[in-house]
Amino acid sequence: MNGDIGEIRIRADRLVKRFGDFVAVNDVSFEARRGEIMGFLGPNGAGKSTTIRILCGLLRPSGGRAEVAGFDVAREPEKVRETIGYMSQKFSLYNDLSVRENLRFFGGIYGVKGARLRQRFDFAVAMAGLEGREDAVVGDLSGGWKQRLALGCAVLHEPAILFLDEPTSGVDPASRRRFWDLIYALAGEGVCFVITTHYMDEAEYCNRIALINGGRLVALGSPSELKRGTIRGEILLVEGEDPGAMLEALQGAPGVRDVAPFGSSLHIVVDDAARDRAAIEARLAERGLSWSRIEPIKATLEDVFVQLVGGDGARASP
Amino acid sequence: MNGAPLRPAVEVRGLTKRFGAAVAVDKLSLECAPGEVFGFVGPDGAGKTTIMRLLAAVMAPDEGSIAIEGVDAVAEPERVRSHVSYMPQRFGLYEDLTVDENIEFFADLFGISRKDRVDRAQRLLAASGMTPFRKRRAGQLSGGMKQKLGLTCSLIHTPRVLLLDEPTAGVDPVSRRDFWRILYGLRGEGVAIVVATSYLDEAERCTRLGLLREGRMLYCDTPTRLKTLMPGEILAVASPAARAARDVVAGREGVKGVILMGDSVHVVVDDAARRLSELQGALAAASVPVDEIERIAPSIEDLFVSLLTEEGE
Repeated sequence: MNGDIGEIRIRADRLVKRFGDFVAVNDVSFEARRGEIMGFLGPNGAGKSTTIRILCGLLRPSGGRAEVAGFDVAREPEKVRETIGYMSQKFSLYNDLSVRENLRFFGGIYGVKGARLRQRFDFAVAMAGLEGREDAVVGDLSGGWKQRLALGCAVLHEPAILFLDEPTSGVDPASRRRFWDLIYALAGEGVCFVITTHYMDEAEYCNRIALINGGRLVALGSPSELKRGTIRGEILLVEGEDPGAMLEALQGAPGVRDVAPFGSSLHIVVDDAARDRAAIEARLAERGLSWSRIEPIKATLEDVFVQLVGGDGARASP
Repeated sequence: MNGAPLRPAVEVRGLTKRFGAAVAVDKLSLECAPGEVFGFVGPDGAGKTTIMRLLAAVMAPDEGSIAIEGVDAVAEPERVRSHVSYMPQRFGLYEDLTVDENIEFFADLFGISRKDRVDRAQRLLAASGMTPFRKRRAGQLSGGMKQKLGLTCSLIHTPRVLLLDEPTAGVDPVSRRDFWRILYGLRGEGVAIVVATSYLDEAERCTRLGLLREGRMLYCDTPTRLKTLMPGEILAVASPAARAARDVVAGREGVKGVILMGDSVHVVVDDAARRLSELQGALAAASVPVDEIERIAPSIEDLFVSLLTEEGE
């Protein structure tokens, strides 16, 4: 762990949430520390948002317990809410109000007043890079500005823990990098982050990843740990003229456990790269398909995700 | 692609669109062959969505020409629309209709036969993991599931040209992979796909990419060839003390940029072979533990960020 990662800020212990017969969160336990950036990954409907709502003190767990900043989420939800910040994928800003008016509004909600509000206002404006644009109407700002302003609003009350729900949906790559610079700066000051994302390039930015599927925590570890230790089999990368035709030729071929387009190439999951490579080459040759490259590669986070989440047999293949 | 050269599915010449004084699309030219997946990437406001609307013939350009399957989109927008399926960022689902009813509606709209629609809907719903939710109202689906239903409705009709504007925003990686399998299948049938995206993993799946800024296409090539434009090389330093490692390497000679990536640091250097041992030495001298240092290939995101950031927003 990094030197500036410290005491436990979130402790979830066997959390369960049921809605009628449906178990949305099923026996989830993890800890997140001061200065840590924890990524929540999982398919739509896996239970990520429900877990976050429990941790924010907005939903009572049906079983287990969770402490956030030392407060029990079920018994002291108000205390929990004072110590956390939350930013949703919609950014929850008022588009017809100015930057200044939005910050004042959220300052009011979080009970930040007087000299402290002035100081935090300046901090948030500087952090978002919005100096000189305090009177701009938010609806006229680009996605990147809005995103940074929404983060500024979420940190006005200096929360120790920040929950960000798909914070970079629809924001361009350059703005996204700037946003992550801000997250790292805040984490460096000790803020603990829980971030949900569907994008593996973003998940790579997290210190640790919790992969959630069907309400259960199916993997927990750093991006490198997940890539090293969780995949069954090996990955072969295949590049060639016509990846579409190669994909079709290799689906269901002997030795091929899974095949998927990845970038301009294909990733093929096999039991044993050295052994199964010949069969794959034979299959391609038989179909008259040429390839420029076949080689074993390290698993990517997407490979890990797809195997752990997609390999449960619940999903029919197309 | 195999066989003789084909007529481009999409042919654009000198396309320009202004909104008042702002030039949203500036003299864009482009050819897209049947079976090609062309991706537009660029910052917010670069003109991606405007281009999609122009190609879908839902908006007329100020200058230039668009031919879709040889049909002039400016002169005959109605005829063009029968060749095109367009999925806008916010697809117009009927929130009070169920998943199945939405699909039925769009199948009717496009005149899809009963048999075709049943097969196709089953395949698309299975691919997106939506089969258990067929009776749920669209208004009660999560954001990601709405997006998947939008994609299903746009794919229920197989046109010659498919236009997708940020198709998988909020869609999970498993469904995204499954959708790309379907898109690759359509490629095989000769459908031309034009997709606007902000995401690297989607961009890497395109056969060609156009990098847009302020309505102009600055670069246009295959992802592999674009990556050769990357200024400098990248060293990935995996370390349990990634932040400390970043602080040690930042600002050193030959280091052009440093990006913290979870438990590793990506260091953009002028010459990887030369700087690798220098960085190793500096990290050891500062007692920063290092698991591994290796040269890695730049991603499309690395490239775009380095080509675009100097310009700011």
